[in-house]
Amino acid sequence: MTELGIARFGAYVPRLRIDRAVIAEAHKWMAPGLRGQAKGSRAFTSWDEDVITMAVEAARDALGAADASGVKAVRLASTSLPYADLLNAAIVSRAIGAPADVASSDAAGSQRAGTSALLQALKGSEPTLVIGSDNPSAKPASIQELSFGAGAAALLVSDVDIVARLVGSATVNDVFVDHFRAAGAETDYLWEERWVREQGYARIVPAAVNAALADAQLAIGDIQHFVMPSYLKGAADAVAKALKFTGSVSSGLEDGVGYAGAAHALLILAATLEAAAPGDHILLIGFGQGADALIFQVTPAIAAAKPARGVSGAMADALATDSYLRLLSFYDGIDAEWGMRSERSGKTALTEQYRSRDQMDSFNAGKCGDCGTVQFPQLQYCVRCHAPSEAFEQLSLRDTPATVLTSTADWLSFHLSPPLWVGFVEFENGARVLMEMVDIGESGIDTGTPLRMVYRIKEKDRQRGYNRYFWKSTPLIAA
Amino acid sequence: MATGIKDKVAILGMGCSKFGERWDAGSPELMKESFEEALADAGIQRNQIEAAWFGCWGDGINVGNSSIPAAMALRLEGIPVSRVENMCATGTEALRGAAYAVASGAVDIALAIGSEKLKDTGFGGLPPPFKGTFNDLWLPMSSAPAGFAQLAPYYRAKYGTSKEDLKRAISHVSWKSHQNGVHSPKAHFQKAVTMETIMNAPMISDPLGLFDCSGVSDGSACAIVTTPQIARALGKTDLVTIKALQLSTSSGRETQTNDWDGSYVATTRNAAARAYKEAGIDDPKTQISLTEVHDCFSITELVTMEDLGLSEDGRAVFDILDGKFDRDGALPCQIDGGLKCFGHPIGASGLRMAYEVYSQLLGRAGQRQLRNPSVGLTHNLGGVPYQGVAAISILGLH
Repeated sequence: MTELGIARFGAYVPRLRIDRAVIAEAHKWMAPGLRGQAKGSRAFTSWDEDVITMAVEAARDALGAADASGVKAVRLASTSLPYADLLNAAIVSRAIGAPADVASSDAAGSQRAGTSALLQALKGSEPTLVIGSDNPSAKPASIQELSFGAGAAALLVSDVDIVARLVGSATVNDVFVDHFRAAGAETDYLWEERWVREQGYARIVPAAVNAALADAQLAIGDIQHFVMPSYLKGAADAVAKALKFTGSVSSGLEDGVGYAGAAHALLILAATLEAAAPGDHILLIGFGQGADALIFQVTPAIAAAKPARGVSGAMADALATDSYLRLLSFYDGIDAEWGMRSERSGKTALTEQYRSRDQMDSFNAGKCGDCGTVQFPQLQYCVRCHAPSEAFEQLSLRDTPATVLTSTADWLSFHLSPPLWVGFVEFENGARVLMEMVDIGESGIDTGTPLRMVYRIKEKDRQRGYNRYFWKSTPLIAA
Repeated sequence: MATGIKDKVAILGMGCSKFGERWDAGSPELMKESFEEALADAGIQRNQIEAAWFGCWGDGINVGNSSIPAAMALRLEGIPVSRVENMCATGTEALRGAAYAVASGAVDIALAIGSEKLKDTGFGGLPPPFKGTFNDLWLPMSSAPAGFAQLAPYYRAKYGTSKEDLKRAISHVSWKSHQNGVHSPKAHFQKAVTMETIMNAPMISDPLGLFDCSGVSDGSACAIVTTPQIARALGKTDLVTIKALQLSTSSGRETQTNDWDGSYVATTRNAAARAYKEAGIDDPKTQISLTEVHDCFSITELVTMEDLGLSEDGRAVFDILDGKFDRDGALPCQIDGGLKCFGHPIGASGLRMAYEVYSQLLGRAGQRQLRNPSVGLTHNLGGVPYQGVAAISILGLH
């Protein structure tokens, strides 16, 4: 059987960040004690980001210049998938341009979903893109509101250009209920922290690690990197110490990201791979109703496998915000008065959406075979020479370099993150599209600002609960 | 070989309701107001009208689809009535239908009526329109000011205009219209406003502030048209005839190719070229006495002066600041206050513009009356600068 390993890796962290002190300050009237735990900043999603959009961005970062045509399966791990019955991974597959015969599936239901999906792919037989993407929500004034964050990581499991080879693994199944969230519930119910540390992490993780070491015929002293996600501060260090691990415990990305649920193990792994050297062993742990332990050995191919942005690039690309109410609003924590314009129906004609799927999912422009004009949307005839569009060559604008032609900040339209920035985007291949511009900082944008395309929620149909996705533009670097 | 409609159609009578926040009136009452004035002006009976065109934009907040609401409101019994909708150019589109019917010889007397009730929404500004099931999938749901504000950065870049100069010029556009609105008894806003107030007003869509945006108003305007021969037979001596009626609609070139540089409105230029040809105008700067243009936003009026050839390209900022388009300037624009102050009940606006030109040509404009105007131009723009409908009419003494 062909050996599979991690061949490419990438990540996405929402640009929006907020200092935890700002959150604590908002709650000090009722929970003054939060201030003591309010260190650093966390990431949070804009109104138009969710597990699907973050997964698409992480996958694009991992794939880089390579297209998704060789991917045979896409596995999306998360505990906050937007749809209960509508394959979330299928939407991601379409947006990244995976082939029509790709096997897509969602992996959910546990903080361990990311590592389990990765392990399954590594033990499988075909090139698989494993994506962890999560956006756990927490009650206002809870410790979790401070510790949680959002983000996504994608790992391409393949038999070509392997950068990290699985050398051993083990799983322990144990229904240890440190927390739970019922189907349909918004937030977690958590048991006492000390019990979780002492009876959960301290007992269950070593059992899995020791089994994995035995499987790999290695000792703890052979491991250079210890990757363990936890929503509890210092949990990884405590377990590493108990295991007598003396290497490097990978940062839990507490400052700048925050605990990103089922994606978190893969995010830390991606960050660790960015800095790992050939020959290093990485121990990856996933915890939840037991534990997964995976041991990788880094190969010399790592030198050539840096993601376009990666975790470090995404963390540096931050847009600092200072309004707690903004975070609360984006997480549906307050029902603000958006005015009568917000009463407009957000209903999607699903029939129309399906007919237009190639243009909308993959942002496909058409290149006229007669005059060469690249155009979006593709209507019935070429905009310039009027040749029929049936013969248009399909070109995705997803990764085409683009700049701002015109832009304006619209304070009048209903928009969940006002103002609505809108303007013409000029693509390098000549295409011109009127687009939304997102994640614009205080300094705004101007003609000529370089842009990249991001997959976002175009409209939230709040009446029916359906999100319509489309591509938006954003400055290459947050400003 | 087409000969155009120059001088084939005369205006027999016109009417215009009071524009504004008409809490007292729905669209049928507004139509009645303009219709009765037009009937009296024309000196005919309702049953002499042989066909009608009803222009109305927003059926969702108005009277509903079709021509039936107009036929019911005005009791247009047994005649063909059509409803037309072409965004903010709807009023001119209604006039075009009626004029073509007369010019073709299909009928002797036709009615064009535009009406819009915008103040039944419960909020200020225009309701967000439905853009179509396909466009909903990708097109940003931006507002009208956001669409027109896009002209600013490219106009500035192309002509090296500073932000400050552009803001002062567009503020002068609104200042001038407010000055004119004072003498316009049917206007929505009849109050002069200082440059300082305009320039410091809250921002709506950069660089457009509150006073750079036209009024959102209720109102109706209407025209009764016939042939010059019939008009004379009915006793009319001073005749205003249609010299040109032209329309241009975007096919996507501005939005989908890099042909358009963002500093002008292509549809206006297309419609103007055809209208000047139809009317036999080769030097609009000297042959036109007054204009009523689509100043939905102050910046629209600025680029329209260039698009109509009334300013050289890149010179409108200076012409405006020099007072060329003020009431006492060489080429008065918006003498009735324009969309800015007379108001902008969408389906009525094109006909309201024609009403002012008609009144001026016949010397009936009261305190606003210009000295001896002979030719007037109306410019009615629907949609946004890069994707819209431009309608131009040229009216003149016969």
